[in-house]
Amino acid sequence: MKEPILEMRNITKKFGKVVANEDVNLTLNEGEIHALLGENGAGKSTLMNVLTGIYKPNSGAIYYKGNKVKIKSPRHAVDLGIGMVHQHFHLIPTLSAAENVFLYTPSCKRVLHKKEMEDAIENCSKEFHLDVDPSAKIWQMSVGEQQRVEIIKLLYRGADILILDEPSAVLTAQEAVEMFKNLRKMAESGKSVVVISHKMNEVMQFADRITVLKGGKVEDTMLAEEATVERLTKAVVGDREFVPQTNEGSAKKEQVVLEMKDVVVKNDKGLNALKNVSLNIHAGEIFGIAGVAGNGQKELAEVIAGLRKAEEGTIFLNGEDVTKLSVKERIRKKIAFIPEDRLTMGLVPGMTMDENRVLKQYNEQQFSKHGILKKKAISDAVDAEIERHEIKIVGKSAPVSLMSGGNQQKLIIAREISGEPTLLICAYPSRGLDMGAAEAVRQILLEQCKKGVAVLMISEELDELFQMSDRIGVLCDGEMMAILDSHETDYETVGRLMSGERYE
Amino acid sequence: MNLIVAILSGAVVYAVSVLYAGIGETFTERSGVMNLGVEGIMLMGAMSGCVTAFHTRNLALAMLIVILTGAVLGLIFAFLTVTLQSDQTVCGMAMLILGTGLSGFLGEDIASKPINLKFTKIPLPVLSEIPIIGDILFNQNLLVYIMYLLLPLATFYIYKTRWGLKLRALGENPAVLDAAGENVFAMRYGYIVFGTTMMAISGAFVSLAQTNVWQEGMTAGKGWIAFALVAFSSWNPATLALGALLFGFISNLGSNLQIYLPGVPTEIFSAMPYVATIVVLIISTGNFRKKHTAEPAALAKAYDRESR
Amino acid sequence: MSAMNKFRFEKREKQSALRTLIITAVSVLLALVCCGILIFSVGSKPLKVYETMLTQVFLSPTGIKNMLRSSLPLMFCGLGVALTFKMNLNNIGAEGQYAAGVIAGGAFVLFGPDIEGVPGMIITALCCFLGGAIWALICAIPKAYWGVNESITTLMMNYIALMILAYLCLGPWKMPRQNTGMTERIPRSMDIPEIMIGDIQISVGVFIGIIVAALIYCAYKYTTGGYQLTVISKSPKSAQYAGISIKKNILMVMSLSGGLAGLAGFMQYAGVAHRIVENMPNNAGYTAIVIAYLSRLNPFTVVVVSILFGGLQNSTAYVQSLGVPSQIATMMQGVIMIFVIAGDFFQRYRLVIAKEGKA
Repeated sequence: MKEPILEMRNITKKFGKVVANEDVNLTLNEGEIHALLGENGAGKSTLMNVLTGIYKPNSGAIYYKGNKVKIKSPRHAVDLGIGMVHQHFHLIPTLSAAENVFLYTPSCKRVLHKKEMEDAIENCSKEFHLDVDPSAKIWQMSVGEQQRVEIIKLLYRGADILILDEPSAVLTAQEAVEMFKNLRKMAESGKSVVVISHKMNEVMQFADRITVLKGGKVEDTMLAEEATVERLTKAVVGDREFVPQTNEGSAKKEQVVLEMKDVVVKNDKGLNALKNVSLNIHAGEIFGIAGVAGNGQKELAEVIAGLRKAEEGTIFLNGEDVTKLSVKERIRKKIAFIPEDRLTMGLVPGMTMDENRVLKQYNEQQFSKHGILKKKAISDAVDAEIERHEIKIVGKSAPVSLMSGGNQQKLIIAREISGEPTLLICAYPSRGLDMGAAEAVRQILLEQCKKGVAVLMISEELDELFQMSDRIGVLCDGEMMAILDSHETDYETVGRLMSGERYE
Repeated sequence: MNLIVAILSGAVVYAVSVLYAGIGETFTERSGVMNLGVEGIMLMGAMSGCVTAFHTRNLALAMLIVILTGAVLGLIFAFLTVTLQSDQTVCGMAMLILGTGLSGFLGEDIASKPINLKFTKIPLPVLSEIPIIGDILFNQNLLVYIMYLLLPLATFYIYKTRWGLKLRALGENPAVLDAAGENVFAMRYGYIVFGTTMMAISGAFVSLAQTNVWQEGMTAGKGWIAFALVAFSSWNPATLALGALLFGFISNLGSNLQIYLPGVPTEIFSAMPYVATIVVLIISTGNFRKKHTAEPAALAKAYDRESR
Repeated sequence: MSAMNKFRFEKREKQSALRTLIITAVSVLLALVCCGILIFSVGSKPLKVYETMLTQVFLSPTGIKNMLRSSLPLMFCGLGVALTFKMNLNNIGAEGQYAAGVIAGGAFVLFGPDIEGVPGMIITALCCFLGGAIWALICAIPKAYWGVNESITTLMMNYIALMILAYLCLGPWKMPRQNTGMTERIPRSMDIPEIMIGDIQISVGVFIGIIVAALIYCAYKYTTGGYQLTVISKSPKSAQYAGISIKKNILMVMSLSGGLAGLAGFMQYAGVAHRIVENMPNNAGYTAIVIAYLSRLNPFTVVVVSILFGGLQNSTAYVQSLGVPSQIATMMQGVIMIFVIAGDFFQRYRLVIAKEGKA
């Protein structure tokens, strides 16, 4: 049995009245990969933030290498040898990999020697099998490579414990496998690794031990070989039952509402984000888009909504070429769009519900006359929708930023469907919502589909895609890998396509 | 030939008059803070230098007071923008108005009076003997020579030292430095104060080297030209120097041609640097096509630890 | 744990108008104390200076009449500047737009067809408005289409406009047999009338200012145009998403703002100076920035603050006899602005005294 390098004993962390961690015990052995499993909000990140000195626990103690330690700050944690790779990388995009690493290294010389720095990083990357070009700028790198730079940063600083927050969330399946192999090599060389995750299959496959957190408490701890899907599921979600809402499909699907032909779109960096994408969506159909985030989904939604220019190709709406139309004209043609950034795009955070309700319709007869807003009519429309969609409000004069995510999403959807769209684009409709709100949102989408609206749904959750869609298109690196009938395919096929494997 | 030498050596003087401020603003902006008040701070520097020189007849003491004036204004600006996290644009305008008003107020006593104490031309031995180039580059005043040293130093600092590395990171993502245990607030304070000190020196250059008198509003937009040049130069001191020389050339071309074109209103020549600024700004910063800009990503954004 | 008290600042959730007023008043008071120290430092008696200002300028009928007159250009520049600030556009070119307005209006009065009286006034006002608007558009177009920093361009345009104005006043437009740069007087029938209320003479321009402020206020509150501007200022990304054209609105707001600054020129021309002089704007465009900021961009407050600042400007003449430098007004504006910015911190945050361990 390996020696424990770290013990967290009876850690409790409260934020006001909310208990994020209660009496948590965690032991980390030298040279092991320890997975921390749990749903969003189960307290995984809080626990790790306590360990890295971002939060101070209300009670409990941390023993590191046999001694009781009080971790004062992230800097202190790093000095001790505890480092964390956050979901949002702490890298400076305009600097090179080597520069980023040395920024983090106190032993950095006063005058920089480019060659020396790059050699040092080269050696480090070879030692730990982390393939990184030390002279390349961060913004030119793939996400996977950026992640490796983050890890090298910690290793070069002499970390013994590496904590990775959802490391596979930004990677394709292949990259994830590669990353876990690298982590294994590090563990073999004596480093200890904590991986925060909510993916069961991944932790069963790659971890040595698994600790499951639920509602801020440790629900179960086991060796990976003892773990079964049933045991993990029970620990993670408890006895809650899933009610799958399968889309049974409506009768006729003949009329093509949206047709895209060889569309090429550039991203903000000027690189091709969509490469010759073609698809068509029928009335009354839900077309799902699967893929790891950042593979062109955002650009796909935006090019259809008119927020992004198509470099090549054409987009037809009900047979009419809309490629060159402005956002406003497309709104008039009844293209509705539920964007992924709820509070930066879908809503104006500082404005009230009423004001947000007419974001797209302020100019319509119903809500204004000769340029004067009909405040009463707007307010009445909102009241009706609050009732219909069971939106919980904080007060009608309060800014929408104070509402919960689910209610914000309902407000956006209410607005978008009020225009009786022919095409509804929705990006990650249930992201960040609790179960109840997510189900309500899905229900509304299914209703729309029954009414004959063509729905394009982007999601990263395969469950959701399979439950809702008639067909699924898989995007990888801006390419439409395949378009599959959701009743005739399976998770594995879609997963492989998402990671870039060609369909045979 | 004499005309060309006059234009070019005038261009060097003009360039230096905006370069101190430009380098100051480059460092400030690289640290993620935008100081729009360059013009006001330059005026304070010009005024404080003249007042001290007038009363004490001591140029060294005058420069010390100039530096102190710049530092005090920098501390005020840093307090507002870094500690209180106020809007940097608004604070910059406040510095502009404060500097303009206060310099006029405190300098009224000596306004338009000759100081008779200035940075005189010191021909460098040997170097100034070189034909043409010697006259243009090495028959200048002390502050110009200091700038010759300062430019390579500033470039070296930004690109080749540990502190420069941190400075470059600071303007891009202060949270990264904070996580690495650096004191983001102290660093920004430092660069802001350095910046305003340099701006004050720029002002003193105008009042104690270029001319030798204090007049209300005498920097006449040079602070803004410096501010515009910083963006034009992609926050790189070497490019900044080239830009400043170009402006110096345009400006001196006008004032020297004036004599040969008597029919043309002098205002046209005086307006040339301003027109040039607008044109250069549109060409250099206009995003006609989307491209990767060198602008520090965190520029003009207050660093608030809680909202990470 | 230790029972040591700890100070920290917490973000306030809600803003209240009363708190804003109190904090601003305290800030201004502290600024006046600071200005007093500066006045003392140049060898004058601050209390005497403030007393003179108060009795001669702010509380005497002549003082009030002149204060209202001087406030006219400030008011219109301030309203214009506040409009652009609300859109997060840093138009610091009111000075130049004012000058451009004066030039356009002057061109009509001096060289246009002989239309006098009220019609002449209206046409001159329109010319001023257009002059200012066009001057602002020159900067608005590069901003809207290529994202060129408007604070630099508008400022550069100030210098250019002032040079043209100076050239005209000293050259082709100069009144014969005059040494200073000024033009002929505007026909008397085109003077902005003044009316008596009680024993105070008030320029009609003040009422026009109030009407303009009311129009702006209502436009923001009740019209779709104002709605679009609010969306853009609060969340440009949402505006794009909703198909609201940011470019069009930048052009519109900038030209409106420039137009108002141009009208400020008209007010000075037809209401106060009655002729064009070499340095006519006299920093009104910069003072407008301070006014707009102090007024929190509220148009009605702009009117009130402009009047106070008009008085502040006039007081220069009265206190100069006490040995105070003429730049006192600009100096005080700068100091007041710094203090109000600092005071704003306490609007956004509140001081909390917390015992450690109970956080």
